[in-house]
Amino acid sequence: MFLKQYINEMAQLGINSIGIVLIISFFIGAVICIQMKLNIQSPWMPRWVAGYTTREILLLEFSSSIMCLILAGKVGSNIASELGTMRVTQQIDALEIMGINSASYLILPKILGLLTIMPFLVIFSSATGILGAYGTAYLGHIIPPDDLTAGLQHAFVPWFVWMSIIKSQFFAFIIASVPSFCGYTVEGGSVNVGKASTDAVVTSSVLILFSDVFLTQLLS
Amino acid sequence: MIEVKHLYKSFEDKDVLKDINTVFEDGKTNLIIGQSGSGKTVLMKNLVGLLEPTKGQILYDGRDFVQMSKQEKVAMRREMGMIFQSAALFDSMTVLENVMFPLDMFSTMNYRERVHRAQECLDRVNLKDADEKFPGEISGGMQKRVAIARAIALNPKYLFCDEPNSGLDPKTSLVIDDLLHSITQEYNMTTIINTHDMNSVMGIGENIIFIYEGNKEWQGVSSQVMGSTNQKLTDFIFASDLLKNMRQMVIENGLHLNDNA
Repeated sequence: MFLKQYINEMAQLGINSIGIVLIISFFIGAVICIQMKLNIQSPWMPRWVAGYTTREILLLEFSSSIMCLILAGKVGSNIASELGTMRVTQQIDALEIMGINSASYLILPKILGLLTIMPFLVIFSSATGILGAYGTAYLGHIIPPDDLTAGLQHAFVPWFVWMSIIKSQFFAFIIASVPSFCGYTVEGGSVNVGKASTDAVVTSSVLILFSDVFLTQLLS
Repeated sequence: MIEVKHLYKSFEDKDVLKDINTVFEDGKTNLIIGQSGSGKTVLMKNLVGLLEPTKGQILYDGRDFVQMSKQEKVAMRREMGMIFQSAALFDSMTVLENVMFPLDMFSTMNYRERVHRAQECLDRVNLKDADEKFPGEISGGMQKRVAIARAIALNPKYLFCDEPNSGLDPKTSLVIDDLLHSITQEYNMTTIINTHDMNSVMGIGENIIFIYEGNKEWQGVSSQVMGSTNQKLTDFIFASDLLKNMRQMVIENGLHLNDNA
């Protein structure tokens, strides 16, 4: 039963978020590349600099931190409202009456599911962001594809990929646990469920930003 | 049998239950009645362990539920079934999955046996052709019947119902009452129903406990209600002028009452 819940949560929280992650990553990758080309590139800079900075921004910040902030909105509100509604409609009480540890049954699979799926989302986000950058090169002709490729390959540090994944694991825990707490402890009715949902998104976003500062310092 | 001895429950400074002493008997539909805010839901929540009593004993066939460890309470709860006011069906599951849920969690049956048992329970509550529907797609009365099917799936010894007729029309309420009554007798369960539906009181009340401002004000059977001299009980049950007049007419016309409590 736990395995079933775990797989359901991976699908609901992770796989159902792939679409939004891919769309946002593609366009943000494209926009970063355009901005880098237009604002940083100068005759005094190497031609690969736009590609290089695009890769670093995507890998170091966007695909872990910013993508997780976006997920905090989507997944966080989903978790808080689901658990909050279950609380006010007595579904959690029904689980307790059956002798089931409701927190363990409802929350643990969410946390483990999101922790499992998050590295894949980070990798998909980075890859799609780079595809977006290539889109500006091939379709928008903003930057020559060879320059972009040279930049993407320049001074690549594999640790940054791991850093991105490690950071995302901390953020995944925040995204799953904070809204779970907010939703699980709701008292009252629909207004309180809405409030819990908002609190969940705000609190988890702020915690992600705070922890990003410490994690970046710690892992760099 | 469930015995409640000297049960008190307070929230901060407010005493909600005051020295409740009663017995809920096996194979009978035991009704807890009382005005909104009188403490009947708090009493039921204490009985099932959703709230901890301030003091007192709740004995399930002699076993003190209040003193049990967390593990013992979890084991004890597997002998209980509960029907909530809102039915509390799991939205994300179909009707069949809802009924199968306790079996999935606690039985050692294989999948085919679990499906068979769940369908048996759904048949028992006269709910057919709704297996694949979600709770949001069925009526309130059907939801209550699914909740009953889910509650009896594991053959509980104790069945708790918190206002099972709430939000239902009078005819559907009677169907639910009859169902609860017949299931109680069939499985020889100790059934406790929290209600303020007077049809239930008069129809299936084999042991009625009237709670007034946190005290057990009256206890008896449905046949004693009409002739009761307890003013608080009669004011509660025969609240409208129409009912008061009807009661007066029945008494004046010499309806034979077995007992006057």
